[in-house]
Amino acid sequence: MERQIRRLAIAFLVLFGAIALNLNYIQVVAADRIANNNANRRLLIQEYEVDRGDIVAADHRTVLADSEATGGDLKYQRRYLEDPELGYGHITGYHSFIFGRTELEQSYNTYLSARAAELFPQRLIDQILGRDEEGAGLVLTIDPELQRIAAEGLGGQEGAVAAIDPRTGAVLALVSNPTYDPNPLASHDPDEVRTTYRQLRPRQPDSPLVSRATDTFFPPGSSFKIVTAAAALESGRGPDFTLPNPPSLDLPQTTENLDNFGGGQCSGGSQIDMASALQQSCNVYFAQLAMEIGADTLVEQARRFGFSEDIPFDIPFVESEIPDPGAFELDIPALAQSGIGQRDVRTNVLHMALIGGAIGNGGVMMVPRLVSEIRDPDGRILRSFTREEFGATMRPENARALTEMMVSVVEAGTGTAAQIPGVRVAGKTGTAQTAVGAAPHAWFVAFAPAEAPEIAVAVVILNGGDLGSEATGGEASAPIAQTVMEAALGG
Amino acid sequence: MSVAAPDRARRNTELALLILAILLAVGAYALVGLGLEGKVPVGLAGYGMLLVGGYVFAHLVVRWLAPQADPVFLPTAVLLAGLGFAIIYRLDPGLAGAQTLWLLLGLGLFALTLVAIRDHRQLDHFTYTIGLLGIIMLLLPLAPGIGRTVRGARLWVGIGPLQFQPAEIGKVLLVIFLASYLNARKELLAVATRRLGPLALPEPRHLAPLLVAWGLSLVVLFLERDLGSSLLFFGIFVVMLWVATGRAAYLVLGVLLFAIGATFGYLAFDHVQDRVTVWLNVFDPRLIRDEGFQLAQSLFAMATGGIAGTGLGEGQPGFIPDAHTDFVFAAVGEELGLLGTIALLLLYVLLIFRGYRAAVGSPDGFGQLLAAGLSTILALQTFVIIGGVTRLIPLTGITLPFVSYGGSSLVANMVLLALLVRVSSGAVGRPAEDADSTMFVRAARERGG
Repeated sequence: MERQIRRLAIAFLVLFGAIALNLNYIQVVAADRIANNNANRRLLIQEYEVDRGDIVAADHRTVLADSEATGGDLKYQRRYLEDPELGYGHITGYHSFIFGRTELEQSYNTYLSARAAELFPQRLIDQILGRDEEGAGLVLTIDPELQRIAAEGLGGQEGAVAAIDPRTGAVLALVSNPTYDPNPLASHDPDEVRTTYRQLRPRQPDSPLVSRATDTFFPPGSSFKIVTAAAALESGRGPDFTLPNPPSLDLPQTTENLDNFGGGQCSGGSQIDMASALQQSCNVYFAQLAMEIGADTLVEQARRFGFSEDIPFDIPFVESEIPDPGAFELDIPALAQSGIGQRDVRTNVLHMALIGGAIGNGGVMMVPRLVSEIRDPDGRILRSFTREEFGATMRPENARALTEMMVSVVEAGTGTAAQIPGVRVAGKTGTAQTAVGAAPHAWFVAFAPAEAPEIAVAVVILNGGDLGSEATGGEASAPIAQTVMEAALGG
Repeated sequence: MSVAAPDRARRNTELALLILAILLAVGAYALVGLGLEGKVPVGLAGYGMLLVGGYVFAHLVVRWLAPQADPVFLPTAVLLAGLGFAIIYRLDPGLAGAQTLWLLLGLGLFALTLVAIRDHRQLDHFTYTIGLLGIIMLLLPLAPGIGRTVRGARLWVGIGPLQFQPAEIGKVLLVIFLASYLNARKELLAVATRRLGPLALPEPRHLAPLLVAWGLSLVVLFLERDLGSSLLFFGIFVVMLWVATGRAAYLVLGVLLFAIGATFGYLAFDHVQDRVTVWLNVFDPRLIRDEGFQLAQSLFAMATGGIAGTGLGEGQPGFIPDAHTDFVFAAVGEELGLLGTIALLLLYVLLIFRGYRAAVGSPDGFGQLLAAGLSTILALQTFVIIGGVTRLIPLTGITLPFVSYGGSSLVANMVLLALLVRVSSGAVGRPAEDADSTMFVRAARERGG
């Protein structure tokens, strides 16, 4: 029997050895991977043990997000303190224990949750002293007053407003409608979080979670003519560059015609120059101009403005679209239509505000930014962000010429609703067709004062807004841009 | 009472080890209090004194009644039980009082076993009485009126407010029965009449006991729905049959019968299918918050613990359902880390191997089989539950010996420990007729090398 007993002992030694190996796997080799499963509630407890940093607006007083002690096993609850209608949800994002984080809550999570390397000494001290760890706070570039005016200007209409400082790229207001309240998503009650999330129809294009200002894009319509004009100026064609002025353009290779807005002829006789055409937003002229300068010149200029390029930003920012020049070679009508911002061109208000700002800024486009400072829990500045150039988009003299053309749009063209007494405002309207018979997207891009702009604004009202199929950029969007600029310059 | 000098040395070794075990156990208990509330638990004096008193009493009984016993058994069990107590207190301070009572009762029965059974061969005279008692214990939960079903498994017996699992003591009785029965018949059962390839097959009628045991374990599985006891019972039977006869054919047949029984169980019960599904796909998002929740929480706990653990009272082992009973090992893994789990594993290996050593060292066949069987049952149970909670094998719900909360298991394991101590002690105060037994022991030791 002894032989069997010895073998039995060896057999169990092998089995216990297998357990020991498996324990090494679970607790050492694969420990991080296993423990980081999101069904592991310990991760949440750890994350929610940190007093997550505040997010405040540029005035340092308007608190957009803070953390409140709960007394529960999830120690801190994220709160979003401003009225959801003001649209801060698309800037801060939400911090949800089921659906993760979005926008600034995600992109600055290491700072907010005290995991950044700079915060390590403080964390260590907190841990040793048994204090709750505190995350760093964000100071935004957003001016709460301008944000409120932009949000109120949009009212209930679907659309977006972006306002930037063209000199620095600081985003002063960023609003998208419809908006949402991040608070229920940050709730500690999983049922409330799930129900709210479902009601917000995530992943649907019309979901309120999708920011119309940064997450998606639309045809810019005639507001894109500033890009076409820039391309023409850069290729040596001045504001007085004339082209024929018929009421309708027979598009090559097709039986279709391209008409001016409203169907008539632009004023000025059989020939019209670029300045007058921009002032009146002549489709026929700019369609011809696009074909005249060619696909390569147009697309290259658009790319210098950041189309089909990745423009860095603090929160997700979709790339604007323009096709490759090659795509236009066999499709001249598409080139003509793209020259007036239809067909294959897509962008959004933040990008258009940057383009407007670049023109006003002597051609230099800035990288947009939303965060100006990161401050440690005691208020000391950990990092501050200075201006960063995206690149030179056009020669300064051409930028000045284009600015003058845009001033005439506001002084005596389609954009008169944007006039501010005593201030020269440069602007451009756009009314983008979406589908036959459907209400258009109404655009307005502007900056002021024209000679040395302090603010650039872009507004889009989607699907006609309150004016429905009658909406135009000049009537629906320009007044909103005007109030925002006036407030910015008045202060 | 005169104790020979070498015996005294062994007992002093035991005392030294016991003091070490007590220091570790009391230290763990104090740390739990510091971790949870920032102060030494108020119960330290009360529970601590009672338990230390119990441990010392058990040691004195061994010193008196089993002076030649292996000095490792008692301190190892005390350390396991003491760490178990600290962890149980950490998980639910409300259970500490009951666990203290069960531990004291267990130590009392440990002493009583040593007092009543001065020579393990006494048990050899009651083969069938003990066997019958074991089977009754195994099947008692089926009795109408007193049997109780807890969470689908009918393995409890309740009389008034008292509840216990008779299978726990039943398994010890069955090991005694098997040791006695197989010792008497081992030559007969080992006779091979034909061969099948390399396997020497026993006579068909000698397969009857194996089939009876198989049938009994299926009854336990199907009527009590107690996967753990069924597996343990059949496993111990096959292993002891093989140890007694040395016939590999029994092992092969046993594995075959186990496979058939397991297949039946798998097809018949949803909960068995769930166990296998969870074992294979615990991290599947469809299972992880549902059927797989418990096992996933167990793995999260151990993975969070990492090498050094979170520290006693600093983790979240409360997230694991049943952390104080079947999943206590995972709670240890979270708060004491890999260092803690490996240390625990080594304590079991130590206990089990000392058990096998006692078996090899026993002068008589019954003692050898008895100690081997008792060690095997400890080993099987420990492997099945630790393997289950670490996802090495599909989960079978049984307690972790000495550590888990639970009176029946603790008391039964204390009796088991007393029997191992008794066998390892050889014969104290044996009658003169056994004068040559010392020679026997020496001969056995020499053979054992």
